[in-house]
Amino acid sequence: MSAPAQVAVAIVSHSPEIARGTAAMVHQMVGSDVRVGYCGGNADGGLGTDVETIRAMLEDVWTHAGVAVLVDLGGAEMNTEMAIEMLSEDKRAGFTICNAAIVEGAVMAATQASTGSGLQEVQQAAEDAIG
Amino acid sequence: MPADATPPAWHRAAIDACVATIAAEADTLTELDSAIGDGDHGTNLKRGFDALAAEADTLADQPTGAMLQRAGTTLANKVGGASGALYGSLLMMMGRQLGGRPLDPATLAEALGQGVEMVKKRGRAEAGEKTLLDVLVPVQRELDRAVDAGEGDRADLAHRLRACADNALESTRAMTATKGRASYLGERSAGHLDPGAASACLLIGALADLAEDRT
Repeated sequence: MSAPAQVAVAIVSHSPEIARGTAAMVHQMVGSDVRVGYCGGNADGGLGTDVETIRAMLEDVWTHAGVAVLVDLGGAEMNTEMAIEMLSEDKRAGFTICNAAIVEGAVMAATQASTGSGLQEVQQAAEDAIG
Repeated sequence: MPADATPPAWHRAAIDACVATIAAEADTLTELDSAIGDGDHGTNLKRGFDALAAEADTLADQPTGAMLQRAGTTLANKVGGASGALYGSLLMMMGRQLGGRPLDPATLAEALGQGVEMVKKRGRAEAGEKTLLDVLVPVQRELDRAVDAGEGDRADLAHRLRACADNALESTRAMTATKGRASYLGERSAGHLDPGAASACLLIGALADLAEDRT
């Protein structure tokens, strides 16, 4: 992309279908301007989360502008934290896990990111999505 | 650790004991988890401990601290879910804290203390919320008390820690979950043992049996 780097959005669900579906809703809302990474499921492909899969996805979606991460139930958040800790130090600080519902948060984060806002504003938009 | 046992032999016995315990109790753990969680605790732990069994030789040959760190990484990667993150964090922090020092009651107490703090941080939980912390915290305190009192008989210490874990597990039955998947059930989670506390109790029991037998 030749445009200035925008904040990217990462989606981590227990369900591969929810992760893919959430990414599809984001693309429908904001087009393909915003980088979106997603993953879901455990090492066997069942419901769950897998640290190594998450780490590889985060590594791939990383941009200088930062990445807003949306997660579902508790294990997804803990495993995302562990995956972030496994990244190299220069990348680690660029990730922030948003305290937001996964679908609404991802859509709002991407909408905000598409306007060129910084990571903090993108996180705020996600966290304001409900309530 | 008994003075006459070489670390690799002791490590190997400890890994084998944990792997065998999880294999034997996986169905029971899954049943407990079906009552108040998502019914995969036994299956998930078995996947992780089978992975430990597959690399047991490599693990056993390392210093205790390095072995714990690597075992923690394997569990975090293979167990998945909250329990993978929590057990992984526990062992990784214990290993880091232990470093190159040999395992004895005092270094174990120190490492377990830091490991338990890491579990609290990772899970944003404290004791009393019907999680594995309800076994880990009392056992860690019991170990601290024994070390502070300078009580030296390791067989007796192992016995005390196992009894402490058993009592602590039973206390989770009356608790209402406020963390983890069981918290969605609210008060309906009361009346069931916590599956994470149950697996922690089983693993501590297996290691205590080993320590008692080999002393």
